[in-house]
Amino acid sequence: MPVLNVNPGNYALLLGDSLYIRAYLNSLAFAAFATVLCLLLGYPMAYAIALAPRRWRNPLLMLVILPFWTSFLIRVYAWIGLLKTNGLINNLLLASGLVDQPLPLLNNAFSVELALVYSYLPFMVLPLYATLERMDPALLEAAADLGCRPLRAFLAVTLPLSLPGIAAGCLLVFIPAVGEFVIPDLLGGPDTLMIGKVLWDEFFTNRDWPVASAVAIAMLVLLVAPIALAQRALRHAEGTA
Amino acid sequence: MTAAFRRGPLAAVLVLGYLFLYAPIVSLIVYSFNASRLVTVWAGFSTRWYGELIDNGAIRDAAWLSLEIAALAASLAVVLGTAAGFALARRRRFGGRNLFIFMVTAPLVMPEVITGLSLLLLFVALEDWFGWPAGRGVDTIVLAHATFGMAFVAVIVQARLAAFDRSLEEAALDLGARPWKVLLVITLPLIAPSLVTGWLLAFTLSLDDLVIASFVSGPASTTLPMVIFSSVRLGVSPQINALATIFVAVVSALVLVASWLTLRRSRGCDQAV
Repeated sequence: MPVLNVNPGNYALLLGDSLYIRAYLNSLAFAAFATVLCLLLGYPMAYAIALAPRRWRNPLLMLVILPFWTSFLIRVYAWIGLLKTNGLINNLLLASGLVDQPLPLLNNAFSVELALVYSYLPFMVLPLYATLERMDPALLEAAADLGCRPLRAFLAVTLPLSLPGIAAGCLLVFIPAVGEFVIPDLLGGPDTLMIGKVLWDEFFTNRDWPVASAVAIAMLVLLVAPIALAQRALRHAEGTA
Repeated sequence: MTAAFRRGPLAAVLVLGYLFLYAPIVSLIVYSFNASRLVTVWAGFSTRWYGELIDNGAIRDAAWLSLEIAALAASLAVVLGTAAGFALARRRRFGGRNLFIFMVTAPLVMPEVITGLSLLLLFVALEDWFGWPAGRGVDTIVLAHATFGMAFVAVIVQARLAAFDRSLEEAALDLGARPWKVLLVITLPLIAPSLVTGWLLAFTLSLDDLVIASFVSGPASTTLPMVIFSSVRLGVSPQINALATIFVAVVSALVLVASWLTLRRSRGCDQAV
């Protein structure tokens, strides 16, 4: 092992086999979509908590963090029981007569996307709350006094001021989601290949350490810029305190 | 301010968000008391799965091992992370500071598969060169978990030190205390709550980790998440539902106690002011 034979063939393999390219693009698409959905759901949640009466804020925030302290693996697994063909959601839908046949909810793009949003939502809400909570309410009052309608005040004042939180939240969701393994493995199917699972299979199933390492490096190259940005955004989101 | 937004829709989204976050957990708790093995049928209340869980030797052994690993890794992470946090907060300028910041905080966001594989390759190379760590097992998992736990501790300690009133330290120094004594008697006791938070976070992350542990574990070191993973890969398992319920109960109890303590302390502060 100390003798190193440089072999660029592992990288050629990555480029040559459409499986790897597809897994890459899939991971990026899944992670990007999950980030957008987390933002759409997480922003109103963070905003609502920031606007809540002061003594409610900490308990409300604690409710967002609490799932994070219980096992990630078990929370992902919980969706299997809900989404299965004869699982809880399909049983409810069938019983209510909304559908005649059970919907295919598990082992497809839907279940993977759902679990990504579910697992990473707290990572979006927390930095957003941190920036929104610090915002000076006098700014919105000033905007209202000057005749600004609520929607326009939101777009012109609140949204721009919360950009550091948005950036931090998006990166905190996007980066780990790209490399996610547990979710595509437990809830994914044949058409939801993600790069984290490819790496895992190369390593544990094929026992091919060099190819697994090449996959890791390729993923790292893709993520090094977002990771550096995330660190900067986090410092910025904290530093403005 | 009330005119500047509409509370109703926001509150509705908040409630929906909480439903989304808690529905799966609640369903696990409910089914952990189901007499039937199937999630499709409710066959009546039963604590059967808790009994089977307690009798399950593999899960029990793995749980003890995981707790042991988590305690060791969290303690190591607090020592290293506090040192790193001090360097980040107190040394504004040194060669390679930016690189240091990048390296210390990278594990916060790095995908676990990358961290796991790179730590494994490091351990294998170290063994080749120095004969240590000999093989892989509990030691390597502790080291790996301490590595990423350290990143969280460093950030927490840095944030605490950034808001730290240094006049107390200066007063102690003026009165002739040596720097080490100031650190032990003044600084560390004052930042103790952040050290506890950091320890708990590192402990939880270690207890929860499947991916990194799988890469750096050996044949005799199967942690609890590894046992859970291999059993849920085969499908729904009522014993895991029971385990999840115990997890949720313990975590909620701890969080309640912690917030009660914080509340009491902050009230005490208010009264003091």
